[in-house]
Amino acid sequence: MSGVSRIKEFPLPDLGEGLTEGEILKWLVKVGDTIELNQPIVEVETAKAAVEIPAKWAGKVQAIFHEEGTTVEVGVPIIAIDTDPSAPPPSTDAEAPAEAPARTPVLVGYGPRSGAATRRPRKSANGTPTAAPATERSEPPVAPSPVVEAPAAPERPLVLAKPPVRKLARDLGVDLATLTGTGPQGSITREDVEQASTPARPAPVTVGGEQRVPVKGVRKLTADNMVASAFTAPHVTEFLTVDVTRAVKALDRLRTLPDWRDVRVSPLLLVAKAVLVAIRRHPMVNSTWAGDEIIVKPYVNLGIAAATERGLVVPNIKDAGQLSLRELAEALTGLVQTAKAGKTSPADMSGGTFTITNVGVFGVDTGTPILPPGEAAILAFGAIREMPWVHKGKIKVRQVTTLGLSFDHRIIDGELGSKFLRDVGTFLSDPEAALLAWT
Amino acid sequence: MTKGRGAGGESAPGFVQLLTPDGERIDKVTGADGVEYTVDFTDDEYRGLYRDLVVVRKLDAEATALQRQGELGIWASLLGQEAAQVGSGRALRPQDMAFPTYREHGVLYCRGIDPIMPLSLFRGVDHGAWDPVEFRFNMYTIVIGAQTLHATGYAMGITKDGKVGNDDGEAVIAYFGDGASSQGDVNEAFIWASVFNAPIVFFCQNNQYAISEPIEKQTRVPLYQRASGFGFPGVRVDGNDVLASYAVTRAALDHARHGQGPTLIEAYTYRMGAHTTTDDPTRYRMAGEVESWQAKDPIARVRAFITKQQIAGDDFFTEVDELARRESLALRERVLAMEDPDPLTIFEHVYPHGSPLVDSQRQGFAEYMDSFEGSAH
Repeated sequence: MSGVSRIKEFPLPDLGEGLTEGEILKWLVKVGDTIELNQPIVEVETAKAAVEIPAKWAGKVQAIFHEEGTTVEVGVPIIAIDTDPSAPPPSTDAEAPAEAPARTPVLVGYGPRSGAATRRPRKSANGTPTAAPATERSEPPVAPSPVVEAPAAPERPLVLAKPPVRKLARDLGVDLATLTGTGPQGSITREDVEQASTPARPAPVTVGGEQRVPVKGVRKLTADNMVASAFTAPHVTEFLTVDVTRAVKALDRLRTLPDWRDVRVSPLLLVAKAVLVAIRRHPMVNSTWAGDEIIVKPYVNLGIAAATERGLVVPNIKDAGQLSLRELAEALTGLVQTAKAGKTSPADMSGGTFTITNVGVFGVDTGTPILPPGEAAILAFGAIREMPWVHKGKIKVRQVTTLGLSFDHRIIDGELGSKFLRDVGTFLSDPEAALLAWT
Repeated sequence: MTKGRGAGGESAPGFVQLLTPDGERIDKVTGADGVEYTVDFTDDEYRGLYRDLVVVRKLDAEATALQRQGELGIWASLLGQEAAQVGSGRALRPQDMAFPTYREHGVLYCRGIDPIMPLSLFRGVDHGAWDPVEFRFNMYTIVIGAQTLHATGYAMGITKDGKVGNDDGEAVIAYFGDGASSQGDVNEAFIWASVFNAPIVFFCQNNQYAISEPIEKQTRVPLYQRASGFGFPGVRVDGNDVLASYAVTRAALDHARHGQGPTLIEAYTYRMGAHTTTDDPTRYRMAGEVESWQAKDPIARVRAFITKQQIAGDDFFTEVDELARRESLALRERVLAMEDPDPLTIFEHVYPHGSPLVDSQRQGFAEYMDSFEGSAH
């Protein structure tokens, strides 16, 4: 290198404790201007303030990289200044000194230096650099194995424990070095020390035999949604046992119709239709709680809970109320096939307004489902069984199922919930009559 | 009509001003505490005060520029408060002890301390630690108002050490702002200082804003009047008047060093810039208000006075400007030369005689650093 480069580029600094970008409001100088040290050169507005930036060097403005009105990330050069304009023009191959390393955006503090451009690669075990990760935000590293390796240096093993735990161990006469921690990173917890100090109870068998499944992906999403829903919407669940023999017979007749020969027809189809018809009679069931108002949806995005290898997914049929029965059947078939193939897209799963969970396929009678966040009601549909049933004054063997409706009690009172559930039941016990009477 | 702000402002009775904004000298004034204030300076001393004011403002402007250029993380500018700081700072005797906030760059300069000292803190290369005993100047305190308690405890201590009670006695000064006056710490300090008759001067620079919160949201009475509720004298001084700030502080320090107890000084001033480089004052105050304070500039009035009294001529003013320019450039170069600390230094100064745990953490971190290509470790 031949001395310090005379053309200096000035990168946009972090103007206020953790800012990541700024908008160029106004240039106070132009290319060719001779400027003094600390002369205001540009007004920049950040999330916190509009400020003037003074020139870091005296010299001549060589280039301005960003026009007024553009937003520039912290660390990106905004101006180049020739710090020795009286000297002959610099050679074209003068190196551009981007001296301030870029920063990774953070909310507080100055943050890590970013990126691939400045970060030195880690050495791999055999001394060659490891390949850079394919994406900037890859999956978080897998949680460390709970099995803690024996410390390599026997003379002073590294023991992880918080100070109060260390004091407890000292008080109880427990040597921390003899324990295997069950806390984060294998640290020793209060429980570990207490167990080790209790001679009556044998020391626990570390973690052998237990299977530990990392909580991520669908499982994590499901958990977050269930907790969020269960502890915000006050749930009420009502049950109704109905004779669906007529509905099952109706399905059998459907299957014999020429138009329906290549369409999969299941009891779920009639339950879906029953729900759609009942929502038309009770629109408030198809709504969402928005804090200071209740939003009643003009469309029904009918969610169907599906068990897949990835876990529970709930894709929905958009605007299902507008579909004919045959279109609804096709949509149901397509939706379930897509889910089983693991190809359900996020768009398929968003925007649901009412959900059916078909627990009957697992052979159980009903359940108390938890509302998907943002929905006011969910219907559990149990197994259809042959049961003794009073039919026209006599005990007969009939096809019977149990419906379970959970609803958000902030929106739906017991009266409305009951009426809705009764209508679904009425439809399933005599679909033809309900269709004639209600649609 | 009396505006709510500051309850009376400069027109309040007992407002101590010895140099008007136009540079007219007022011979003597009786303060709200009943004390008659005046100063008697030589021409050299007047020139010295002017030099201090100009250099302190220039160094402060340089630090603000360095922050805007990405060389300091943050800076709390003293622009507009130079007279309150230079006046009170020059009133300190060598044996006195000062407890600053993070804005007392002018007091620090007047204590004869190298102005580079606090800049490593604002550049983030160390924690801003220095030996308070060596410099008779405590470390910058970021926690609002906490230093008033430290100062009160220190003042109670020197009383027990027998260092108070005569002309050569020691005294303590605690700096804080109008916002801190609402803190519990400050009120507790007032109580302790009062009850134990501690040799302390509470020097409140009322710059009218606690970040964005105006003074009328802090108090319904002039701040100096609060002292009477705690049982010691309070006085409001023109904080943009270096002569009055000096006179009032000197008298209060002497009062303290003779064992007469605490005083609250409210230096009535204005922060011309932002609270720190991280906020935008145009969002919470009007341009007209800033202009009205521009007319009370602490440096312009001294220059007008010196010119009228023919204490110095243009050569002197040029020479001072040149001195300030040289000092600020030197400060800039030294800030730019500050190096980032070795990452392993975070493990130092944890235990006085080391610790196996910290040693192993240091070793682990060194190994981590070594795992990078081209590592120097």
